[in-house]
Amino acid sequence: MRPRKKFDTKVAEGDMTAMIDMVFQLIIFFMVLINFSQDDQNDKIKLPSSELAKPADAPLTFPIVLHLDSTGAIYVGSEVATVESVAPMLRTEIQLLVSRNQSAKDANIVIRGHKNTPGGLVQDLIKKCQELGFEKFVLRVREEV
Amino acid sequence: MKFASKRGNEKAELQLTSMIDVIFLLLIFFVMTFKIAAQEGDFNVKMPIGGGAGAQDTTNIPIKLRLRASAEGELAEIVVNDSLSFGNDWQKLRAYVLDLTGGNAPPTPEEGPEVEIDLDYNLRYEFVIEAVTAVTGQRIGDDVKRLVERIKFAPPRKAK
Repeated sequence: MRPRKKFDTKVAEGDMTAMIDMVFQLIIFFMVLINFSQDDQNDKIKLPSSELAKPADAPLTFPIVLHLDSTGAIYVGSEVATVESVAPMLRTEIQLLVSRNQSAKDANIVIRGHKNTPGGLVQDLIKKCQELGFEKFVLRVREEV
Repeated sequence: MKFASKRGNEKAELQLTSMIDVIFLLLIFFVMTFKIAAQEGDFNVKMPIGGGAGAQDTTNIPIKLRLRASAEGELAEIVVNDSLSFGNDWQKLRAYVLDLTGGNAPPTPEEGPEVEIDLDYNLRYEFVIEAVTAVTGQRIGDDVKRLVERIKFAPPRKAK
């Protein structure tokens, strides 16, 4: 009878190289795509889509992002207002503009309206901004694929 | 003389456990905070109070676009210059604008024809954007051909 071979008593070591490579690639992928900015995102807003929508070539000068939901609530940063009560928030923005030697005319009002919002509410919001001196408006839409 | 002891020829082993722990933590953090956001684009509207948008329209092709809504906020009718009705067909409206402009883009965003959009208060915003899309240009393959750059809104109509 042939004697049984003794097993190697060394610790079994898996090759970790491929796994580490892959995990690093995943980390780099998520790091590049992560967006910490909360200004231009709001989960309550479902933007209308347009086939002509293309990302802007250059960043907007002094953008003020207003999220308008289907009930008429306007989200400015972390605050909520209506068309009637949004003026004080916009005046605060104007004060900031003035402190930077600019005026309301230089700012861009970015309207992110929910697709089911009555169009008249968007007009009301534009009118309210016009009364405060804003002239440039940006209607933000989702790119249609 | 004392000789330095010979080093063993075993493989130098790095302790990877803590590094892998940290890397997995990072990976979990990025996966949990990752949000897939759709690509967004802009339509620019310049509307000073009580006035037209920039220079006067010298093209003699003013377009007044009236959008009528049903009680539910759906698009009921597209009427151009109070006379031409296109039902709710955006393609017909685009063809009309193409015909008027000759398919030529304005030389600068401040020039060219101006479109005034007059809509019922309850018309859903997505139809307003469809109207803006239909009049401002057309997509040919991956390119966007601009037809009208100047958009303005008529004063809001009262809610019914």
